Amino acid sequence: MIEARNITKRFGDFVAVRDVSLAVAPGEFLTLLGPSGCGKTTLLRVLAGFERPDEGAVLLEGKEITDLPPYRRNLNQVFQSYALFPHLSVEDNVAFGLKMRGTPAADRERRVHSALDGVALKGFEHRKPDQLSGGQRQRVALARALVCEPKVLLLDEPLSALDAKLRKAMQIELKQLQRRTGLSFVFVTHDQQEALTLSDRIAIMNAGRIEQMGTPEEIYRRPRTAFAADFIGQANLIVLRVEARAADLVRLRSAEGWSAKLPAGEVPAGANEITASARPENVRPGSGDAGAALTLAARVETRVFEGASDRLILVSTGGARLQAMVAAGSGPETGVEAEWYVPAGKLVALAR
Amino acid sequence: MKIGSRAGLAGWLLLLPLILWFVAFVVVPTAILIGCAFCDRDDLGRIVYHFTWENFRRTVDPVYVTIFIRSIACAGLTTVICLAAGFPAAWFIGRAKPSVRSTLLLLVMVPFWTSFLIRTYAWMTLLKQEGLINGLLEYLKIIRSPLPMLYTPGAIVLGLVYAYLPFMILPIYASAEKLDGSLIEAAHDLGAGPLRVFSSVIVPLTLPGIAAGVLMVFVPAIGMFAVTDLMGGARVPLIGNVIQNQFMQARDWPFGAALGVVFLLLFAIVYWILQRAPGAAGPHHD
Repeated sequence: MIEARNITKRFGDFVAVRDVSLAVAPGEFLTLLGPSGCGKTTLLRVLAGFERPDEGAVLLEGKEITDLPPYRRNLNQVFQSYALFPHLSVEDNVAFGLKMRGTPAADRERRVHSALDGVALKGFEHRKPDQLSGGQRQRVALARALVCEPKVLLLDEPLSALDAKLRKAMQIELKQLQRRTGLSFVFVTHDQQEALTLSDRIAIMNAGRIEQMGTPEEIYRRPRTAFAADFIGQANLIVLRVEARAADLVRLRSAEGWSAKLPAGEVPAGANEITASARPENVRPGSGDAGAALTLAARVETRVFEGASDRLILVSTGGARLQAMVAAGSGPETGVEAEWYVPAGKLVALAR
Repeated sequence: MKIGSRAGLAGWLLLLPLILWFVAFVVVPTAILIGCAFCDRDDLGRIVYHFTWENFRRTVDPVYVTIFIRSIACAGLTTVICLAAGFPAAWFIGRAKPSVRSTLLLLVMVPFWTSFLIRTYAWMTLLKQEGLINGLLEYLKIIRSPLPMLYTPGAIVLGLVYAYLPFMILPIYASAEKLDGSLIEAAHDLGAGPLRVFSSVIVPLTLPGIAAGVLMVFVPAIGMFAVTDLMGGARVPLIGNVIQNQFMQARDWPFGAALGVVFLLLFAIVYWILQRAPGAAGPHHD
């Protein structure tokens, strides 16, 4: 639907986006996820036409649009600050795009009303933006973009100004809206939970590059880099030295003396040392079975109550720390030295 | 206004100097002016306290009506030129990087560091028959005889535009600087080209600044007499000159006061209209 080919964007000496390519399928919800300054917003602005890339091309339905100004592109953006026109009523805000396109008045009115209906804002037509709550403004911004029937909707951290509870509710609304309209969404956020909830696919960006692109499950289960592992969810990163290679299995050991085994295919040939990631919920008390990917001994230093589960901070005799997640109230007590293991398949070797 | 509705004693005490100032220099003089306008005068120009409408009857004399209209036209033209020249400048300054912005603003204010009369004389030196511009044009053989520039209506408008341009730039700058850039992007995103963005987003959102600028240029320009005296050579009298004349040369204070009152009413009407314009300056109650 929309495609970016080898986009590079510089601001002076600073390279905001480095040689990024991605393609969004029709009806797909793609999230650009990363910390501030990673280039995700710049990439979105290149797609919208607010920034011209220094290199590369933008294609909409196979046609190159790199040099088209934003007002000639058949896509719309929802802005972080909503950017509602303060001098216009809700109705006129939503009608703005249709007016610019010269839609006849009768048709315009019908579409504006159905768009406002679609975001549950019937009866607010004559309010001004400053007479609306944050969530209502958000909906007006959505209706204003959707009423133009764009091919792709671009969203720049649209939920970041809302409080936590409203944000959760709007996430669900947004997802339903996207399913109902069947539009392609390109969504920018720095909130990993939001990305996991909403996306069909996530592109994790760091320092202007895409670190990893895949479904939320893929990225969560099989992060490719330390950055991806750490940015999505929590990760225990463990440095392991290769001890012995067999045909199908590699034995490894950490500086602490923890022993690990990984399928041979996961450890690059010739590598002496790798970093592996294990999610806290996969660090379990006990010695595990013979196939366990990692076994270790550590003392429970702290137990943090987190509602349904407890987070345990484990310290080995050598001083290395690890996090484990157990059902609330279960597992060894604070101060107890115990054995722990990570089951096979839950320890993931990282590329870097 | 809700703020200040419960000012309390301390609040009133703080306001006292301002109130005294206002009473002494606005309320009392205005009252004297209005009272004077209904008085008579003797042959020596002394005010005779005898009620009369005569002064107001004289203000509608065709001679003065013509001068009024000419003054309005002159000030109107000045305002239009100031707006046309000032808006782009104000917009550019308001949208510039903050570091550049303060320098540009300083440049707008720099003329105020020199006396206004000196600057007007400088213009006269440039424009007069044997002045710099004519001298240069003659030297370059572009013209044979000097162009008449000084003491023309054009010179008056030039002088007025020069005097009041900063008063147009500053309020529009204030509106332009506050305008959220994402609104312009949003308008582009919704299919508005540069012209539509200007007419449907930029103009409505800088309207308070435009209204304030128009008021701040039009009102003083209509009453200005120094520029018209010096650069117009008193050949094309405007209402400011007439009023000044009544008080200084003609010594007809009551008639000067009547002209002043008419003038004041005119402004009240202009302000009333501007205040009712959508999104304009002045107190709002929504």
